[in-house]
Amino acid sequence: MDIHEYQAKELLARYSVQIPRGGLAYSPEQATYRASEIGGGKWVVKAQIHSGARGKAGGIRICSTDNEVSEAAESMLGRKLVTHQTGPKGKLVSRLYVEETVDIRQELYLGIVLDRKSERVMIVASASGGMEIEEIAEKQPDSIIRAIVDPGAGMQQFQAREIAFGLGLDNSLIGKAVDTLLGCYRVFRDFDASMLEINPLVITKDGNLIALDAKMSFDENALFRRAEISELRDKSQEDPRETFASDRGLSYVGLEGNIGCIINGAGLAMATMDMIKIAGGEPANFLDIGGGASPERVAKAFRAVLADKNIETILVNIFAGINRCDWVAEGVIKAIREVGVNVPLVVRLAGTNVEEGRRILAESGEKVIIADTLAEAAEKSVEAMRAFSKSKKN
Amino acid sequence: MAVLLNRRTRVIVQGLTGKIGSFHADDMKRYGTNVVGGVTPGKGGQVHQGIPVFNTVRGAVRETGAEASIVFVPPPFAADSIMEAAEAGLKLCVCITDGIPSQDMMRVKRYMRRFRYEDRMRLVGPNCAGVITPGQALMGIMPGNIYLPGRVGIVGRSGTLGYEAASQMKALGIGVSTSVGIGGDPINGSSFKDILKLFEDDPETDAVVMIGEIGGPQEAEAAEWARHNMRKPLIAYIAGLSAPKGKRMGHAGAIISAFGESAQEKVEILREAGVTIVPTPAAFGPTVAGVLEQQKKAA
Repeated sequence: MDIHEYQAKELLARYSVQIPRGGLAYSPEQATYRASEIGGGKWVVKAQIHSGARGKAGGIRICSTDNEVSEAAESMLGRKLVTHQTGPKGKLVSRLYVEETVDIRQELYLGIVLDRKSERVMIVASASGGMEIEEIAEKQPDSIIRAIVDPGAGMQQFQAREIAFGLGLDNSLIGKAVDTLLGCYRVFRDFDASMLEINPLVITKDGNLIALDAKMSFDENALFRRAEISELRDKSQEDPRETFASDRGLSYVGLEGNIGCIINGAGLAMATMDMIKIAGGEPANFLDIGGGASPERVAKAFRAVLADKNIETILVNIFAGINRCDWVAEGVIKAIREVGVNVPLVVRLAGTNVEEGRRILAESGEKVIIADTLAEAAEKSVEAMRAFSKSKKN
Repeated sequence: MAVLLNRRTRVIVQGLTGKIGSFHADDMKRYGTNVVGGVTPGKGGQVHQGIPVFNTVRGAVRETGAEASIVFVPPPFAADSIMEAAEAGLKLCVCITDGIPSQDMMRVKRYMRRFRYEDRMRLVGPNCAGVITPGQALMGIMPGNIYLPGRVGIVGRSGTLGYEAASQMKALGIGVSTSVGIGGDPINGSSFKDILKLFEDDPETDAVVMIGEIGGPQEAEAAEWARHNMRKPLIAYIAGLSAPKGKRMGHAGAIISAFGESAQEKVEILREAGVTIVPTPAAFGPTVAGVLEQQKKAA
């Protein structure tokens, strides 16, 4: 789960990481009020969306007068900002963060991630801040410093010192850098984060170390014990199809295609989508209905898939282990009758009680295209989608 | 004995008295698994579905001589249960639980390092379908009837995709020595490489099918190891060709976040290491059959 920049900064500030003075605004009036509160003669107005690379998309503006702050706010609020991380649909700006500007001497990069190779928390730092880490890795790979934290002992002072000296910092800044690094690590640990990125972390002309931007993601499996983090969720930043599904306990990812997928198991779901692609189609979504495919759950899955208006065929692929195909078949029939499915429906059942399941589908009188194998399911879906698409145009 | 598990392995069920634990303990017993006890703190002394219940894993091991445990404990308490199993001296622990926080798993892995490698419990999972040695014993949640006993090992992250592979093989009369689900989490007990090593050393396994997916470095690590150390044929499929970058595809670990983690890149790495690639998820059966045919000819 992602949070906004201003929320991440509030967490960091609690752990004595230095941040610029700033305030949240929901309107141009509030934005100018925040600017006057902060004082000085120069401010940054920053669109709060769950994405990096906001600057290039017009989501970060430096302003020197009240009027400019108000205009910048006006131009951002209520608009969708498209960056290379948001996808073509962009993300809605409904909050702004107004900050004081700082005089930058040098930009650094600081990241904390879960390293899957060492299976530990890894600190990543570079003296070449300001660009994205992928770009640093490509252009200045030697500038990247890494440190791995022992989960039993936590991050140690010496590790922070090694990074600070490795970044080439002035002696006068080493103490501040150690505090900042340890603070960041503790935020990461205490809130079950999965990613923390401060880019840039800046050295100011007056010799301070300040987190100019901040990005954080959290481990969704740990939200049960992080109520404070759960409350920071901003649904306006999510794909509405995904919000609809996740509110109903389904694992769903929206894609750009037109064949809706309802599948049990994440691996089989990915494989089925691959098969659709190989057969010449494009999946509209990833959807794992999980272990217990009760009729209610199947109906919810149909609703989630049909919430996407691009759908031109639905493919149901269930390999029943704990499930039984006859229950799944009953669920599918129930869903057709309750939800109403006005696109072709292809169903492939396998595993426990498969014969019974197929019989229920065949005898229901509903229009269901039955497939025996994974390959057949994908081919029949693509075929049905093409026919449906053609008939719609005529 | 194939790998990890056979009909004699003495198994306890952690979280036996819960709804999921009860259901699967029963299923495992019916398949032939030697279930000797269960653990639910506070319910020690009871007998649940004909299985004696203990308060602690240590107590269960003392009374039953258990060697292996399967964990059905809910996510907030599952890491603790795994460490309890390791401390009680079990050889194998299969954790089915989905949703354990990453930091908990980091602590589990760190904790297990206090044991010498030879004495260290083997953890399979979490968030996996378990282990089955067809015709002998099941420690997991897979439907037993889709596996034919035989001589091909299966190791995969996903449960249902593993079923798909096993049933395609069964349709062609190809059986399985052992199938191991290593789970869909970013931090897991056994890696692909760990399980490949077991299969390579197992006299009852002739070839291995590896079912990977997007995210993480484990498939590439396994390929690198296999290139230099494996004499048995390795056949692999990677799911997630159509997965976009940065989106978590169901499994907590199935997310493309770095170079080398997409399906295309992994397939390329595997192919370069001499692994036979299953071109589509509908081709598990025919691809395995082809490799076994070649093996027979060569012999």
